Amino acid sequence: MALSPTVILRQIGQILSKDLLIEWRARSRGFALACFALTLLLLFSFAVGADATTLRTHAGAYLWMSIFLSSTLLLAQSMAHEVEAGALDTLVLAPISPAALFFGKALANAGQLVLLAAVALPPVIALFDAPLRESPLRLAAVVVAGCLGVAAPGTLYAALTARLQSRQLLLPLLLFPLLVPCLLASVKATSLLMSGDPMHQVNAWLGLLLAFDLLYWSICGLLFGRVIES
Amino acid sequence: MNDVPVAVAAMPSAEGTAVARAAAVVGGPPAVRCTGLARRFGRRWAFSRVDLEVAAGARLLIMGANGSGKTTLLKVISTLIPPSLGAVQIFGHDAGADPAAARARLHLLSHSAGLYEDLSGADNLLVLSRLLGRPLVDPVALLARVGLAPRPEPVRTYSAGMRKRLQLAALLLKDPPLTLLDEPFAALDPAGCGAVEALISGLSGTVIVASHQVGRAARLCDHALLMHEGAARWQGPAARAVEAYTALHGIDNADGGG
Repeated sequence: MALSPTVILRQIGQILSKDLLIEWRARSRGFALACFALTLLLLFSFAVGADATTLRTHAGAYLWMSIFLSSTLLLAQSMAHEVEAGALDTLVLAPISPAALFFGKALANAGQLVLLAAVALPPVIALFDAPLRESPLRLAAVVVAGCLGVAAPGTLYAALTARLQSRQLLLPLLLFPLLVPCLLASVKATSLLMSGDPMHQVNAWLGLLLAFDLLYWSICGLLFGRVIES
Repeated sequence: MNDVPVAVAAMPSAEGTAVARAAAVVGGPPAVRCTGLARRFGRRWAFSRVDLEVAAGARLLIMGANGSGKTTLLKVISTLIPPSLGAVQIFGHDAGADPAAARARLHLLSHSAGLYEDLSGADNLLVLSRLLGRPLVDPVALLARVGLAPRPEPVRTYSAGMRKRLQLAALLLKDPPLTLLDEPFAALDPAGCGAVEALISGLSGTVIVASHQVGRAARLCDHALLMHEGAARWQGPAARAVEAYTALHGIDNADGGG
């Protein structure tokens, strides 16, 4: 019984809205996550010390490290909703297409990561004295592309580890090595947008990010069904 | 109680494993047909060589002690777990080849609530109704049907009985032609058991109940299958279920254990 693309698109929208509704109902958790990301930024600034030049130069790296480290908590929680009381079984038996489930959940995760980045960005600019020297729209594009890059493999690996006892350790252990190209491109592009881009290198890094996104959204969309059925 | 005629026979296989069959004598494909079904976890067989045919509209009780393989059998029939051997057909659809077709025709009420803990009962029903493509206009009325008052609190604050009632509301929402119920009376007080019993007897379509509360569950069914250590050991009319269970386990469970 193959589902039509219209039905799959409708299901993606329903999974997305369901995940956002859950996060809204449990918004204290989102607030705690934002506080965690901001605490990481503060820790970075204390660890580096009062060297303003170093802080400014590496502001993009601190922003993305803060997002990456916080993302594992967010991603793990998004799958914990599904497995803690067997809701995933209800979705599978509804039946919801595995592709719809993946794209709906990954989009919800990407949206929350973008929101987290939007919360973390002003403190980065203020704390590290790193004003934006290029177009904010280009920074927005980098942030969205970077968050999409984290969300796709993150959702897959969160599903893979959701039922394991040591999931909180295994998720970052599996995910972070995979995200190295995404981290590199996001940090480089963000740093160039903050410090100025006289050589017009941002587009190349953004292109790398988009290629990473395309690759992982395709592969993970195909693999997700196998992961949740196993 | 359903009055669809069903022929029942039980016979030992060549290896001595009981093969149970509740063969349909009505037209159309049976609701469930299991052929040579077996499932193992590592080196342990949860159940083996189960051949089962349940007619559309029939009500079957699968009874057995803890660990007899009832829950795993229901999960395999529901397509949540693939079988290690054998095949399942749901209303003529091969569950292995076309799981979506099988899933669209069944609902499993299992030990886990299958709900979102951070959402209220009404929110859960609204979310499920959208996912099922069956818009729910009035979740409060559906909650009232299972004896639940609308509450804004999340499901994680609900008692076991309230969760079970909410699970039943989700079942009524899907209204599938095949309902699989795994220990529907677990964690319920006598009043809750009575209410759940009334709701189950009002279900339409084919119903398979797995329970070790034999007396209570047998009242809801036409036929019974006794599982022991992963094999089907007896099957016959539900009216004789308590007798068969007592003969095997030596425990009188006529009052359903609850």
